[in-house]
Amino acid sequence: MRRRNFLGAAVAAAPAATLLSGCADDSDDGTLDFLSLAWQQESIKANKALVAEWNSRHPRSRVRYVQGSWESVHDQLLTSFEGGEAPDIIHDEANDLTDFAHGGYLADLSGLLPGSLKRQIPKSTWDMVTQAGGVYGVPFLQDPRVLIANRKLLERSRVRIPTAEKPWSWAEFEEAAKELTRGRDYGVAWSMKEPVNQSVNLAMSTGGSIFQREGGKNVIRFDEPESRIAELIHRQVNKDRTAAAGSLGMAGGDTLPGFFSGRYAMVPLNFSYRQQVQQQAPDGFEWVTLPLPAATGGAEEGRVQGVSPQTLSIAQDTSRKKTAMAFIAFLTAPDRMARLARADWLVPTGEEALRDQALNTDKLGWSTGVRVSEDLRASPVLGVRGYPEWKDKIATPAFQEYYSGSIGLRSLRDKLVDDGNRILARYQR
Amino acid sequence: MTSQPLKPQSAKPQPADTKRPRYRRSPRHRLGRAGQYLALICYLVFLAFPLFWLISTAFKAPQELGSVDPSWLPQHPSLDNFRDAFDQQPLLRSALNSLIVAVTAAAISVLIAVPAAYAMVRYRSPVSKAATGWILVSQMFPFVLVIIPLFLVLKNLELINSLFGLILVYVVWNLPFALWMLQGYVRAVPRSLEEAAAIDGCSRFRTLVSVVFPLLTPGLVATVMFSFVTAWNEFFFALVLLKSPEKQTMSVILTHFLGAEGAADLGPLAAAAVLATLPSLVFFALLQRRLVSGMVSGAVKG
Repeated sequence: MRRRNFLGAAVAAAPAATLLSGCADDSDDGTLDFLSLAWQQESIKANKALVAEWNSRHPRSRVRYVQGSWESVHDQLLTSFEGGEAPDIIHDEANDLTDFAHGGYLADLSGLLPGSLKRQIPKSTWDMVTQAGGVYGVPFLQDPRVLIANRKLLERSRVRIPTAEKPWSWAEFEEAAKELTRGRDYGVAWSMKEPVNQSVNLAMSTGGSIFQREGGKNVIRFDEPESRIAELIHRQVNKDRTAAAGSLGMAGGDTLPGFFSGRYAMVPLNFSYRQQVQQQAPDGFEWVTLPLPAATGGAEEGRVQGVSPQTLSIAQDTSRKKTAMAFIAFLTAPDRMARLARADWLVPTGEEALRDQALNTDKLGWSTGVRVSEDLRASPVLGVRGYPEWKDKIATPAFQEYYSGSIGLRSLRDKLVDDGNRILARYQR
Repeated sequence: MTSQPLKPQSAKPQPADTKRPRYRRSPRHRLGRAGQYLALICYLVFLAFPLFWLISTAFKAPQELGSVDPSWLPQHPSLDNFRDAFDQQPLLRSALNSLIVAVTAAAISVLIAVPAAYAMVRYRSPVSKAATGWILVSQMFPFVLVIIPLFLVLKNLELINSLFGLILVYVVWNLPFALWMLQGYVRAVPRSLEEAAAIDGCSRFRTLVSVVFPLLTPGLVATVMFSFVTAWNEFFFALVLLKSPEKQTMSVILTHFLGAEGAADLGPLAAAAVLATLPSLVFFALLQRRLVSGMVSGAVKG
């Protein structure tokens, strides 16, 4: 019996191997591959519907929807670029494009962009995807940082409720956090599992830029303007006790149960987290989306924050760049860009898309995002080679230690600047 | 196992028809045994808790997932997460792909590893010693070191975006450990059995099939399980080697429920993860009996 099973398996393996060899690639029929990183149900549906619409209009230039993941997109792209098998159209984030553009893997879109697409996106946003004069992606969605607050707790306190036109100053924010702190319930919960991007981007509101150009090279600075927000967070957690120390190790979504239970009155999160708030909030829970505080109580410069927009790029190896660009232009036409933004709970970059009626409503905080969009600037990390290494090896542990009170400001500065500049120098020889 | 001496249960004479004497355990022995069971139960709870929590999460509504006081069991069990998971991603197709890849890779690994392990153990030579050393060294290569050269090799062979290419990679990746594992089992089969079979007139092939392989059953089962589970769970090779959505495996599909910076569609992710766990559990349940029965089917006594 055993022998029969064993031989049976051996005999069965032969046709199976033959069958499987037939699984080899048969897709190279001129279809363009579109690697999409949409991950929420509505967003996947919207993307697939738009691809289907394109295919029905352009049966000779079909596009195939390929699902990717934010978690692994960098490794996936790096390998496929090296192997010459990259997708033709790539959805990614501006901050991930730097090394790929530098390596020559992405097509320069400057000569391919249609005028209408160029005009609808502000120059400050195009700057976010421009490197050494080349444009390596179409920025189409952005995810600014906002404050999501418990409406009842906010109204019960004596604090002024900020608006996009008149946001809190950082000092007002600190006072509000004190007002909202009651016993073991905290005014704010900073989720700092990934502390670097938000620390760098928030520093812009106080006029700080951690990455600066000096003598044609990128250098790291962490002086008073750069450190003010970091010091504020440190103070809230370790001195005032108005921010929960326990949330420092959390990702944004992990703070939501505490937010719903009233343990945290405010949570600084990306704009897109509203989807999870809306989906998971218990019945009767009221929440509101507020703009981030500004440095000088509302002056335009004080409101700015850095962002790294989501982008659509074209692989250098693709032979049909014009068709790929036509598809990107189709996807980012104002009505479609607005549709994608709604589905992903993000802010579109296009000026006409921003005027979409569905986005200009106070419901679910949409109008806050639209108004905040005027204050978004290129994150200082964009275009900095060596940033991922600095972030992973130096900045993430250093910021985490500082926020939790394990090290002081001087030690943080030494690590970020001295160790960091050594890393950047390696990439700029 | 305890080394406590067993004491007779009673000093009274036993009835004549009692064949086995009855023993009474000492309180210390019973306490020790109870402690062992308690430790075992704690360990089982520790092992089973993640699976229990995963299943519980899969049946919870989004609002329950956002609760600061999570309940052990779903308060309003629902299949919505499963429906959403199936709506969002091609779970069945990816499960089928994973199954094809894992079963085939496991089968080929064992088919190659069994005769190779036998030859390496029975025909000792400098070559077999060097091969054993190389097997151990090959286990030290991290994925990231080999992925780009491997990608280029497979591209030249036109095996990128092919399940067969992925199977080939898994076989090569599993083979060293499978070989190393099986060598121990082959070594445990006494040579005298093969010699006895030869004296009885068995050919070499017949000896292998009728005498040696049955005694290797536990090793074969363990190797198959290892190869299957490794291939079923593997993510990185599958991610970079398979381009087409219709060829992606389950482990890759699961990451599609994750967003940027730690965001996740938790309910559907848990539902999909439950479905991804089932085949391994079923496979293990089917084979674990063989793992034990093979061990007691030994032919040598004393």
